[in-house]
Amino acid sequence: MPKQLVTIIGKTVKGVARLRGGGSALPGLVVERIDPNFISHTLSTLPMGVVVISGTNGKTTTTKMVVELLESQGLKVFTNRTGSNFTRGIAAALIGDISLRGHLRADIAVLELDEAYAVHFAAKIPPRFSLILNVMRDQLDRFGEIDHTADLLRKVAEATTDTVVLNREDTLVADIAKSLSGKKVQFFGLSDELLDTFPSDDNLHSESKKQSSEVAADVTLTRFVNNSATFKIDDQEVTTKLQLTGIYNVFNVAAALTLVRSIVGEKIDDIKLVDALSKITPAFGRGEKLTIDGTPLELVLVKNPSGFRLGLKSFDPAGCGTMIAINDNYADGRDMSWLWDVDFSSLRATGADYISGIRAYDMALRLQYDEVPFRRVNKNLKKALRYFIDENRERPKRIYCTYTAMLTIRRELSKITKVEGGI
Amino acid sequence: MNEKAINVVHLYARDMNIYGDRGNTLVLMRRLQWHGYTPRLIEYNPGDEFPNDADIIVGGGGQDSGQSKIQDDLLAIGPVLCKLADEGTPMLMICGLYQLFGKFFKTSNGEIIKGIELFDIETYGKSERMIGNIVTFSKEFGNIVGYENHSGQTFLGNKACPLGRVILGAGNNVEDDGEGARYKNVIGSYLHGSLLPKNPKIADFLIEQAAVKKYGEFKGKKFDDRIADLARKAAMKLPR
Repeated sequence: MPKQLVTIIGKTVKGVARLRGGGSALPGLVVERIDPNFISHTLSTLPMGVVVISGTNGKTTTTKMVVELLESQGLKVFTNRTGSNFTRGIAAALIGDISLRGHLRADIAVLELDEAYAVHFAAKIPPRFSLILNVMRDQLDRFGEIDHTADLLRKVAEATTDTVVLNREDTLVADIAKSLSGKKVQFFGLSDELLDTFPSDDNLHSESKKQSSEVAADVTLTRFVNNSATFKIDDQEVTTKLQLTGIYNVFNVAAALTLVRSIVGEKIDDIKLVDALSKITPAFGRGEKLTIDGTPLELVLVKNPSGFRLGLKSFDPAGCGTMIAINDNYADGRDMSWLWDVDFSSLRATGADYISGIRAYDMALRLQYDEVPFRRVNKNLKKALRYFIDENRERPKRIYCTYTAMLTIRRELSKITKVEGGI
Repeated sequence: MNEKAINVVHLYARDMNIYGDRGNTLVLMRRLQWHGYTPRLIEYNPGDEFPNDADIIVGGGGQDSGQSKIQDDLLAIGPVLCKLADEGTPMLMICGLYQLFGKFFKTSNGEIIKGIELFDIETYGKSERMIGNIVTFSKEFGNIVGYENHSGQTFLGNKACPLGRVILGAGNNVEDDGEGARYKNVIGSYLHGSLLPKNPKIADFLIEQAAVKKYGEFKGKKFDDRIADLARKAAMKLPR
């Protein structure tokens, strides 16, 4: 089928889907059925090629950072911005950005890809650059085992034609470098002082201190206090204010900087880069701050033990209302075992106000065994959210939520306040 | 000294500890405390001297890399574990270590990983993954609820009996309705969830056996398990 026709069909479906409300992946599905090579055809026309970002935690926010940093350097970037990161999501995003003649008006594509899908994608469309963030215990019911996930990411790295950017502090990721002889590899890392504050799956169960690495990193996060972060780039220290909260987001800034430096090379405009950096806001649900009746409400997406532990570590619960919403739909991970790998004792002093979601009682049980008090358990998320807000009118509020719980919460909140980026 | 110490040995805490196995240890530690005992956690790792005062032994699952790290050590301490089991020491082995407490695990490539033969069971790696919520029934413990995620299929020999019968889910294999295995006070099972938080009867069984063996009697306390009951009820209504 001629590409022009495929594009028109896709655009029409997208228009119809918009009228019906939502359904970001639907037009992509239709186009993929009609022309399975649609994505590779279109992406192969980009002058600067394709960048793939994968790993367990922080893909969405990091992709957003990389896109905004590249844009600060004057590049036109195509990305799968909707967070719909499977084939259909990419096809759907393409349809929105290409002309009716099938021409993609962009210099470079930056794609967030799920580990399992990234392998299929990279086999078909070798990326010029890839960034591997981390391999953590996430939704083992989807991929089976962590070793397997690391192998998937290794294949993505091996298929990369120019530079692979790796997390120096994640053993499984850093080890990927060993099978990349002859390829360009860059690392991002943490200073020794920050290394100890950053829990990983490796040192979850034993108290052993982490080993600092011998390998040099292109960008190192050396300091993070309040909203100010210091990075060591090329032996130069750069301090900047950030809108991002949570040390995991800030560490991923180092990842984004390393990647962008590799892509842009010597022509990089440092002033514009740092300026763009200070303006980046988190992707939706990833430490996002909303305002309700003049008090802040923060959404912290929790998907896996390391993410939840980092979230609890990053935010002080004192003086703040706390709600936890845990669902077990497919996108959340269906096995609740992961909650038992999170230490909740930091909530012991303040307790939690509301526990909600399909697995509210599993969460409550988890708190009981960490001797964390909780006030109410209500499986009905909409009701729990309303009561939680009503009973904490005057206080700042924070909600830790799994992915599908977050979608429901954002939808409800959009009825009473401005929720950025749509729902 | 009237502190009643109970030692919980976490087998291979470093290498075989995946996806919530920590929940089982935590529940034992807390409930021992709530029952009025003084729990002590001992983490056993390859090469350590095996503690001579183990009262309860727990172990979990692992990655393939974790299994290969512990394999030789497990075979070396196997006779000690079998002796303790025969003497009535309560143990709980989940997933990976459940398999290795059996005769062998034959991988899908045909490789044989020897086990310690405490259970009369054999496990075969298959391509199909058994995954999802699971509910079983045992006369002793009632309904047992959890989540399974394994590709190894376990078959029981004549000398082994299952822990429970599957009501929802797969269990040991796709052919019979057994789940887990039981030998004296040793329990093997595929159930994550973690197992003990939502199945406090099993936790208290392990504690009671340990207390009786060490102190001749078990004086437990009653405490509020309402949240566990509600979590069980909710879990039993979930789809596979």
